[in-house]
Amino acid sequence: MDNLNDSTASPASEPRKQKKKKVLLMGKSGSGKSSMRSIIFSNYVAKDTRRLGATIDVDLSSVKFLGNLTLNLWDCGGQDAFMENYLSQQRQHVFSNVGVLIYVFDIESRDFDRDLLTYRSIIAALGQFSPTSSVYILVHKMDLVVPNQREDIYNDRVALIRSKSDAFAPIPFATSIWDQSLYKAWAEIIHDLVPNLDQIEKHLGELGEMIEAEEVLLFERSSFLVVSSWCSAIGAMNPTSDRFERFSNIIKNFKQTTSRYTGTPKSAEQFSLLEMKLPNFSLFIVKFTTNTYLSVCLPPGEERFNSAMENCYIARNKFEDLDAPAKKSADRGATSGATEA
Amino acid sequence: MPLLETGRRRTKLDHSYNGPARQGPVRHISPVQLTLERIHEQNRANVQKVDPAKAPAPAPGAAARGKPRLLLMGQRRSGKSSISSVVFHKMPPNETLFLESTARIQKDSMHSFMDFQVWDFPGQVDWADPSFDLDAIFGEIGALIWVIDAQDEYLEAINRLNSTILNLQPTYPNINIEVFIHKVDGLSDDYKLDIQRDVTQRIQDELSDHGVENAPINFHLTSIYNHSIFEAFSKVIQKLIPHLPYLEALLNNCCQKSGFEKAYLFDVLSKIYIATDSSPVDMPSYEICSDYIDVIVDISEIYGWNRPDDYIERLEGPPYNKKLEDQVACKDAESCIVLTDGRRPILLREVNKYLALVAVVKEGAYSKMPDIIENVNATVGGLLQIFEITRRRQRA
Ligand SMILES: Nc1nc2c(ncn2[C@@H]2O[C@H](COP(=O)(O)OP(=O)(O)OP(=O)(O)O)[C@@H](O)[C@H]2O)c(=O)[nH]1
Ligand SMILES: Nc1nc2c(ncn2[C@@H]2O[C@H](COP(=O)(O)OP(=O)(O)OP(=O)(O)O)[C@@H](O)[C@H]2O)c(=O)[nH]1
Ligand SMILES: [Mg+2]
Ligand SMILES: [Mg+2]
Repeated sequence: MDNLNDSTASPASEPRKQKKKKVLLMGKSGSGKSSMRSIIFSNYVAKDTRRLGATIDVDLSSVKFLGNLTLNLWDCGGQDAFMENYLSQQRQHVFSNVGVLIYVFDIESRDFDRDLLTYRSIIAALGQFSPTSSVYILVHKMDLVVPNQREDIYNDRVALIRSKSDAFAPIPFATSIWDQSLYKAWAEIIHDLVPNLDQIEKHLGELGEMIEAEEVLLFERSSFLVVSSWCSAIGAMNPTSDRFERFSNIIKNFKQTTSRYTGTPKSAEQFSLLEMKLPNFSLFIVKFTTNTYLSVCLPPGEERFNSAMENCYIARNKFEDLDAPAKKSADRGATSGATEA
Repeated sequence: MPLLETGRRRTKLDHSYNGPARQGPVRHISPVQLTLERIHEQNRANVQKVDPAKAPAPAPGAAARGKPRLLLMGQRRSGKSSISSVVFHKMPPNETLFLESTARIQKDSMHSFMDFQVWDFPGQVDWADPSFDLDAIFGEIGALIWVIDAQDEYLEAINRLNSTILNLQPTYPNINIEVFIHKVDGLSDDYKLDIQRDVTQRIQDELSDHGVENAPINFHLTSIYNHSIFEAFSKVIQKLIPHLPYLEALLNNCCQKSGFEKAYLFDVLSKIYIATDSSPVDMPSYEICSDYIDVIVDISEIYGWNRPDDYIERLEGPPYNKKLEDQVACKDAESCIVLTDGRRPILLREVNKYLALVAVVKEGAYSKMPDIIENVNATVGGLLQIFEITRRRQRA
């Protein structure tokens, strides 16, 4: 990811600016690539993915993500014939200008050695055409492994995969569509791609301090991934370390229910405000800027709550600018308004 | 209240790896059982600290004298343990695939608004075995739930149910028998109704052949993959509540005054509703209210940790100079979500540590919220009174 940042900053990358960097999603057929994409970006629930057919060739989508980040997602069908094609005829077309490679390993795979060989070839091609790209490996379908063996199997696999990664330093995750682990992986991937993040984080911190919050989270509107977060010294003591992805998962699932209830599409904005006032903390989630929701966790207290909410509404404008459609200088993974079929 | 405050802490069997956090125990029921007991004890201790007078007895609840018992019986692999784990232990449905066959009766004590027990039986129970003390099993029974796997051959299951009923009838004629025609996920609506008709017919025919008419038998179509299993349990449990009509009257009144479309009184832990207003129950409103409880409990689990004392002290100092509990408008948990569609609010209000009132408000009523909150407060007061009266009567 550092590489990516460098390339944005350096003038050498100027000519590339018009081309959106790709996010390649690869791995064996049936490993779960389209499933995770549908859950994160298209509001599927886990069980809906059983209906997905195998992806033919490459499924291109450009996912608008905050104002000036458009993900240029290549979901690459994993059947052998397609894979061979990517590595031969399509080699340059597929592997050039890649920002991120997400490689999915099916934990249930009967032939891990063969998966590794394929991975190796992909890494070689990537090294040839996009040597500065980041690599994430998702060891997927962890739910199928008996709990007490998960850690060992996961560690084994990761060690082997790492050893076959040439100069890349892949970042590994254990994932499953059946729990929040998927959100953890994708939030980190996205986190590395969002431009302006420093500024957003700075503003979030100022807001949090001002309203005496324990934690402030900024969610992307449709995926409900946490794109930015801030917490106070107290908030940092929260023992629940996987809370972001749990939170995403909770809200994402509830949106399914509200969509069924209201009859509005899942992609529609389902709720505008959620308030919770409990004896030991209060919390609200508000529709914030065009593409975000804001969640604020506070100590209990009616006055504190009301003034915090007020201040968040006031702070909106500052954030709305950051979430606005791309300014010319801003980005790398995206360009203004341009959409791709 | 503690449940909403801190969520349901689950045992996380696999601490150290960064992968999927499991939402519950996978192979055994016992750890959860322990956890539940522990949560209860913890809660009790907490309440006791704050207000000794309010602390619940070790065995709290309205129906404290008897502990009605729900018996889960049926063929092997019909889904008994899955039902008990999903409804009472919040196990995600897909994890029931890992459940092992039950070898001995699993007795689960549920401490809630009333105490009851859930007994999960092994698939093959031989009643002829003299080691079974029938009276110990059926003596305090609240309901016998017979689970039939609708995706499997069910004739044998029906035969066993029939002979069980015939066995019990002479001694225990008043046992409520609830037949769960189970695993109906994936079956078409027509097919479900066909099965229900067929099962009903076969049981009634057989019983009347043996001279048993009008045995109290009810049928439910259920699946752990949707809300039907909770709905069915709601109906089963409601039959065990002595003061149900009063609860319903209060809820009716509240709906009418506050412009609610529907109001449910939920047991927070199991998400069974123990009462609702008298407008017809529609699955969508039950679903959204029940899922809303999950949202609140799950978020509580994330943020409901114990803050350090010095932090609390600071919060109670300037500029507020008040105890935290005096800084809040309502001492119990309150929550509200406003759906974008029709600006329709859904409200949740804690009643006591087990129960919560959840209501869907009519479209556009958001501006009347202050009045609504008043009404809800009054209703909650009324509900608590009813529980208090019942409790006193049972002690007397
Ligand atoms: N148990 C389990 N099943 C999963 C998981 N993720 C995906 N699946 C299932 O795996 C199957 C295949 O998923 P897809 O997403 O279509 O696989 P793909 O990688 O896109 O396959 P190709 O398009 O052929 O390359 C589906 O039936 C999913 O339901 C997971 O985390 N756990
Ligand atoms: N499709 C579907 N499967 C279910 C449902 N309920 C349970 N199952 C599955 O049925 C299988 C058997 O479930 P158990 O709960 O172990 O059955 P049991 O009745 O306790 O079995 P014994 O303990 O052997 O008597 C598991 O694989 C569950 O996942 C359901 O509603 N739908
Ligand atoms: Mg696919
Ligand atoms: Mg069992």
